[in-house]
Amino acid sequence: MADVTIAAPASAPAETGSADHSALHRTLFIALAALLVVLPFIPVIGYPFFLMKVLCFALFACAFNLMLGYGGLLSFGHAAYFGFASYVAAYTAKHWGLTPEVSILLGTASGAALGLAFGSLAIRRQGIYFAMITLALAQMVYFFSLQAPRFTGGEDGIQAVPRNNLFGVLPLGNDTTTYYLVAVVFLAGVLLIYRIIHSPFGQVLKAIRDNEARAISLGYRVNQYKLAVFVLSASLAGLAGATKAIAVQLASLTDVHWSMSGEVVLMTLVGGMGTVFGPIVGAAVIISMQNFLAGLGAWVTVVQGVIFVICVLVFREGIVGVIGKWLKKPL
Amino acid sequence: MFELIGIPPQALFGQLLLGLINGSFYAILSLGLAVIFGLLNIINFTHGAQYMMGAFIAWMLLNWVGIGYWPSLLLAPIVAGISGVIIERLFLQRLYHLDHLYGLLLTFGLALIIQGLFRNYFGSSGLPYQIPAELRGGQNLGFMFLPNYRGWVVVASLVVCLATWFVIEKTRLGAYLRAATENPTLTQAFGINVPLLITLTYGFGVGLAAFAGVLAAPVYSVNPNMGADLIIVVFAVVVIGGMGSILGAIVTGFGLGIIEGLTKVFYPEASATVIFIIMAIVLLVKPAGLFGRTA
Repeated sequence: MADVTIAAPASAPAETGSADHSALHRTLFIALAALLVVLPFIPVIGYPFFLMKVLCFALFACAFNLMLGYGGLLSFGHAAYFGFASYVAAYTAKHWGLTPEVSILLGTASGAALGLAFGSLAIRRQGIYFAMITLALAQMVYFFSLQAPRFTGGEDGIQAVPRNNLFGVLPLGNDTTTYYLVAVVFLAGVLLIYRIIHSPFGQVLKAIRDNEARAISLGYRVNQYKLAVFVLSASLAGLAGATKAIAVQLASLTDVHWSMSGEVVLMTLVGGMGTVFGPIVGAAVIISMQNFLAGLGAWVTVVQGVIFVICVLVFREGIVGVIGKWLKKPL
Repeated sequence: MFELIGIPPQALFGQLLLGLINGSFYAILSLGLAVIFGLLNIINFTHGAQYMMGAFIAWMLLNWVGIGYWPSLLLAPIVAGISGVIIERLFLQRLYHLDHLYGLLLTFGLALIIQGLFRNYFGSSGLPYQIPAELRGGQNLGFMFLPNYRGWVVVASLVVCLATWFVIEKTRLGAYLRAATENPTLTQAFGINVPLLITLTYGFGVGLAAFAGVLAAPVYSVNPNMGADLIIVVFAVVVIGGMGSILGAIVTGFGLGIIEGLTKVFYPEASATVIFIIMAIVLLVKPAGLFGRTA
C-alpha cells in the first residue's frame, strides 16, 4: 500500500522510539523560535516585510499539509479560506476600525465557516473528485469576490489596511513590531498543528489516510474525522490569510485565485508532504524564489510549473522528507 | 413583437444560443476528460491549456503559414495530439503506479508551463481570428437571428461528440478500449498492446480539446488564459455528470450550457456561479453524479 498513499514515505518510520523523536522535535521548535527572534537582525534576508510574508505563507502551507499530508485529502481550493479570511480581516480593520486581534479572529472564524460548508460537500466524494470539487467551490468564492466590490474592492482589493493598536493599546506602528506579532501567531499555529498531528485524533487521521476501508471497519466515523480536519485546516488557512492582511496591509483577488491554491500545493510538495517542518521550508523557498524572479514576469509561472513537474517525477519526498530519510527520523 | 415574461425573445434566444455554444465546449472537453480518465486514471489538468493550444495552433497556421480555418480544424488537433503523445510517453507513463493525485499535480504543473510560455510569447491581450468566409452572415429565423458560424459550432460539436460515442461504444477499437479500461492486465494478456492504446487515448483526448479550441477561436479571441478558467467549470460539469458514461458527459455539457445561458437572461449576477451551485446541489442529492457509478 505504501506507494498508493499520497504522503506516506516521510512518516513511515514513525512507529519506533517516538520519545526520541519528540525530543528532536522539541529542539527543532526551540531553534525555530530562536531563529524567529533573531531573523530581523540578519542582513540581506532580514526585511521584516519579506519575513512576514514568508511566515504567513508558511502557516498557510502547514494548514494545507495538515489535510494533505496527514489526512490524505488533496484540496485544490485552499486559496478560498486564505483569501476570504484575508478580506474579512482587512474589511473589519479598515471599515469597522477593529483591533488586529479581533480582525484576525473574525477572519479565522470566516475561514472555519467556509470550511464547514465546503467540507461537508466535498467529503461526499473521494480522490480526484474531492480535488475537483474543492477547486470548483473555491472558484465560486473568487467570482463572489470579483462581483462584490463593495466588500472586496473588486480589482483593486482592499488597500492600505490600517494596523490598529493591538488589544487597543499596543501600537503596531513599524514593520518590526508587526513582525513579532506575526511570528507569535505563526509559532502558535504551527505548535497547534503539531499537537493535532500527535493527538489520538491525528493517529486516526493517519489510519484513514493509509487505509480508509480498514478505519471504517474498526468503527471510526471516517467522514466526521475528514470534516473535522477539513474545518481545522480551513480555519488555520484563514488565520494565515487574516494575519497576512494585517501584516502586508493588503487583501486582493490574488489571494482567492486558483493559482494561489496551486502555490500552496507547490510549497508543501517542495518542502515535503506529511512532514512537520517541510511546508515551512517549502514556503520560504517558493516566496524567496518569487522575490528574486519578480522581474521575469510570466516566467515565474513557467518556473513554478517546471518545479511542479520535477517534484512529482523525481522528488516526491520534498526537501525535509529527504533530510528526514538521511537522519532516519521523521521531521 | 411578443414578449416572454418581460424578456424580448431576441435576448432570450440569443443567450440560449450562446449557452448552447458554451455547452458544446463543455461537452467536448468533459468528454475528453472522461475518455482520458477512463483509461489513464488521471485527471488531465492540462486540458484547458490544450484547448488554448488548439486555438493558437489554428492562429499560427493562418498567420505564419497561411493555412486557413478548414484544414486547421483537422491539423490543429493532430499537432496537439502529437504533443499529447509526447507528454504521455515522457511524463505520465512514470506515474501510473502512484496515487491518482500525482497525475493531477503533474498535469497542473504542465498547464502552468504551457500557459506561461504562451503568455510570454503572445502577451495576454488576445488575438483576433476571422470567421471563415463560408460561414459569415446569418439566417433570420423569424424569432431570432442565427449567425451561421454559431450554428456551425453547435452542429460540429454534436457530430464530433456522437462520433466519439459511436467509436467507443460500437466499434472493435472501442471494444478494446472499454476492455482495457475494465481490466488492463487481462486485455494485455489477449495480445492487445495496452500501453500503445493508453498513449493514443491520451493523444485523442488532447486532440478533442484542441478541436474545441479551433471552434472557439472565431467566437472568443485567441488568448493564453482562455482555457484556465474554463477548465474549472468543466471540472464542475464532470462532477455533476459523473465520468461513468459518455452520453452522460455530452448531455450534461449541453444541458449546463443552456442553464448558464438562461441564467444570463433571468439573473445575470449568478451566471458565473450557477454551475458551481448546481454542483453543490447535485452533491447533496446524488453524490455520485447524475450519470455516475459510485466508485
